[in-house]
Amino acid sequence: MAKGLHRLSLERPIYECEDRIVELEGRTTSIDEQEELRRLRRDVVEMKKRIFRELSPWETVEVARHPDRPKTSDYLSLVFDEFVELHGDRSFGDDRAMLTGFAKLDQYKVLVVGHQKGKTLAERQACHFGCAHPEGYRKSMGKMRLAAKFGLPVICLIDTPGAYPGIGAEERGQSLVIADSMFLMATLPVPIVCVVIGEGGSGGALGIGLGDKIAVLEHAYYSVISPEGCAGILWKSADYKAEAAKSLRFRSKDLVEFDVIDSVIEEPLGGAHRDPRQMAVRLKTFLVRTLRELVAKPTNELLATRYTKFRQMGQVLERSPEGLKPSKP
Amino acid sequence: MARGDIKTTSDPDNGDKWPPIAAFSQTAHTTDSESSDTVKKPVSEETAKLKRPARASGKKRGVPEGLWQMCQGCQATIFRKEAEQLLNVCPQCGYHWYVSAADRITQLLDAGTFEEWNAHLEPTDPLGFIDKKPYADRLKAEQKRTGLRDAALTGTGMIRARRVAVGVTDSAFIMGSMGSVVGERLARLIERATLEKLPLIIISASGGGARMHEGILSLMQMAKVSAALALYSRSGGLYISVITNPTMGGVAASFASLGDLIFAEPRALIGFAGPRTIKATIRVELPKGFQTSEFLLEHGFIDRIVDRKDLKSEIARVIDYCRG
Ligand SMILES: [Zn+2]
Repeated sequence: MAKGLHRLSLERPIYECEDRIVELEGRTTSIDEQEELRRLRRDVVEMKKRIFRELSPWETVEVARHPDRPKTSDYLSLVFDEFVELHGDRSFGDDRAMLTGFAKLDQYKVLVVGHQKGKTLAERQACHFGCAHPEGYRKSMGKMRLAAKFGLPVICLIDTPGAYPGIGAEERGQSLVIADSMFLMATLPVPIVCVVIGEGGSGGALGIGLGDKIAVLEHAYYSVISPEGCAGILWKSADYKAEAAKSLRFRSKDLVEFDVIDSVIEEPLGGAHRDPRQMAVRLKTFLVRTLRELVAKPTNELLATRYTKFRQMGQVLERSPEGLKPSKP
Repeated sequence: MARGDIKTTSDPDNGDKWPPIAAFSQTAHTTDSESSDTVKKPVSEETAKLKRPARASGKKRGVPEGLWQMCQGCQATIFRKEAEQLLNVCPQCGYHWYVSAADRITQLLDAGTFEEWNAHLEPTDPLGFIDKKPYADRLKAEQKRTGLRDAALTGTGMIRARRVAVGVTDSAFIMGSMGSVVGERLARLIERATLEKLPLIIISASGGGARMHEGILSLMQMAKVSAALALYSRSGGLYISVITNPTMGGVAASFASLGDLIFAEPRALIGFAGPRTIKATIRVELPKGFQTSEFLLEHGFIDRIVDRKDLKSEIARVIDYCRG
């Protein structure tokens, strides 16, 4: 039970409890210790519930970035029956930060596009910790056009701190590809389902984030800027990342309140990293149910609804002789 | 390339039923006409304000008060009047200084032809955002300082007798960043340009990208405006994006990059990530001229670099190629 290679400080009480349980289970115990074991088993569940219910905004970021949190590659094996990876952007290279390929999901054949963060240090470096370059977005756009041509629904798994900030990325058009990708996805004539599985970092996330249904895992976040970046600009120091995290209102419950997502997918007790299989089951259930609904829609209706969905986002006031009142765009 | 593909490969059964005008005619156009009587007064007030040379709004970043001014391009001290006569371009080195959105409209459109749209939209503070000061206070201060309600002006007017839909962002208002009002004004502008079949010009001066203070709602404005441009493009509309100093982040990564034609003023800073962010990430010195208009032209992302004095005639000229 108490494995957990990486332990966040917020998880420490949970692991202390679980380590003690493991210890007591592994040896002969006194009557008192058996009583303690029963109590601990009960307490640890309550403790997990409480800690994860009361996560601060910054702690949510820590959970979303947890090294053991399931990644796109985990879901590819746990959710889908088959994955046929398709490489390359036919122009510059094969960005490892963006995985694309055909996959089978229940009775559906789909195209999956997902940010990849990697597990080992070598993998993480190869995919720049999930930060895609322009060739990553060119690759995803190319494969989406392929999906559109052959009528395959597209599933986007979003998990990035942001699009890569570097010289090569700028030279090869980082702004342009993100803009182009949204432009393409706005009218792609097949269903698109987007799920933020960990970090929804700014334009890099939105670059594969325009779809018919947008879901966010319970402890994922989706933000206009990283809390560190925001703190650096507005507080002039990244030390204020927790304050920035609080101000930015990027947790799943905030996103529901602001009407920018359709669903929150509940995570297993203690977070997705404590039970990736259970998380995968829930994700799969969501995807299958959503696809069933979307594939039934005529293309025109699908695209008109997709347009209206994003068109309504935002909050503005309208001035009239009677004064200012909220206007739903 | 991308756009051509969509047209040929997508929804063959869709034909000319696209764009779904019904989907947006309620949100933009009818809201406008329904409320046109009630909002007439504020709109005309705004328009009147615009026609004054915006001296009050001229005391901005890079444009301090006084008779003389130091040029950011060549460090020379320049007689302000002289630069103003040259549309705020340095007479010594040709560096393009800040221009307010109102002045930009005066420079670009035929005199007296501008009619502002959706001036009655105002920003709010959906997150209750607080950094060193509350966003609500920041908005009030910026409105007072610049005479603008938010960072974009939109409307219609004539460019050498050609009617166009035009949007301009103003880098003086919270770095020209895009929050809900900028996104909404641009989306309504684009939808109306689609319905009225007008060429569309958007001039970006948005160093702030997507506005942090409105959080996820600002990020979603990128998607909203890009989607509106996708429909506009499919209806056959001509969109000319003019990128000016500075244009970064979420604005560069949405409407500024989606023009059928992309012009840039000389030596403008244009990019996705800020130079400081890049430096902090990769820890090497950035090459000279990195993220300038010239850099983007060299790497193939801009059609033409256009001097401010030629912008009006260049726009008129390319409109005639596409719509003449
Ligand atoms: Zn100069």
